[in-house]
Amino acid sequence: MSEGKFVKPRSGRPEPVQVIKQRRDAALRALVHGVPYIQFLGIEFDRRGDELTALLPFDNKLIGNPLLPALHGGVTAAFLEVTAIIGLSWVTLWEEIESGRIDPQNLVAGNLPRLPKTIDFTVDYLRTGLPRDAYARASVNRSGRRYASVHVEAWQDNRSRAFAQATGHFLMPRQSG
Amino acid sequence: MSKEKMARQFTEAIPHARALSMQIDHLGDGIVEMSMPYDTKLIGDPETGVIHGGAVYALLDTCCGAAVVCHPASKGGTATIGLRIDYMRAATPGQTIRTRAECYHVTRSVAFVRATAMDDDTDRPVASATGTFTVEGDL
Repeated sequence: MSEGKFVKPRSGRPEPVQVIKQRRDAALRALVHGVPYIQFLGIEFDRRGDELTALLPFDNKLIGNPLLPALHGGVTAAFLEVTAIIGLSWVTLWEEIESGRIDPQNLVAGNLPRLPKTIDFTVDYLRTGLPRDAYARASVNRSGRRYASVHVEAWQDNRSRAFAQATGHFLMPRQSG
Repeated sequence: MSKEKMARQFTEAIPHARALSMQIDHLGDGIVEMSMPYDTKLIGDPETGVIHGGAVYALLDTCCGAAVVCHPASKGGTATIGLRIDYMRAATPGQTIRTRAECYHVTRSVAFVRATAMDDDTDRPVASATGTFTVEGDL
């Protein structure tokens, strides 16, 4: 996907970079902060162009094994699933914002797009989740009109040593219009 | 210590299980039933109030792990190797989620588990899970 689809103002000059960044970040924040469960887990998203990295800051309530201690497998799964759903929504949303079909102000005002629904989700636990921050990135393998397939990887200290990965299928929200 | 007591302690000592108010309703040989009350902080779809699939996943994972621990062949500890969940329908907002997990086969190193999640309408499951878990000695 190209990062260069600027919405040009009437003068024909590209918009200032801060305006574009602010619009994209506001849309992302609205999408993420609109979901209570994402807030409960404390997940945030870092955006570079259209690429998202999910962040799960460590918190004691995320512990599943207090003796090791280790992150709860359910937390890891939820983190991966949230990353997949937001990643999938963001692909659609990005195109709609960049083409001007959606006004980010609308999103900020609470008119959020319907989110994809999980059909199935399979998590592969590769290593113990350590009691520290975790990161994840989703890649959309296929996104059709009705169904999508998404792969997600989560890591902690080393990007090349994933502690969990998952694949899920999602039902896409009905397109308006 | 009995397997039941161990499984109960195992689960109640989990901070994340407490954070989601998970509760053990029944413990048997390799069979565990758990529940998690509805809470607005678990909402995944703000428009409908339906809880996030991730919260159902966490409950199913905990329930499956507990079923492994209280299987007669268990040595006390376990960790998830892989877990797949199929979401059949949205859980009805406001209703408690109940899960039942059965550890149906255990080898020296791997435990096999299946589970279902229900809300008040027990004729139509919300989700089902199948998973593999490690068989470990002392925690």
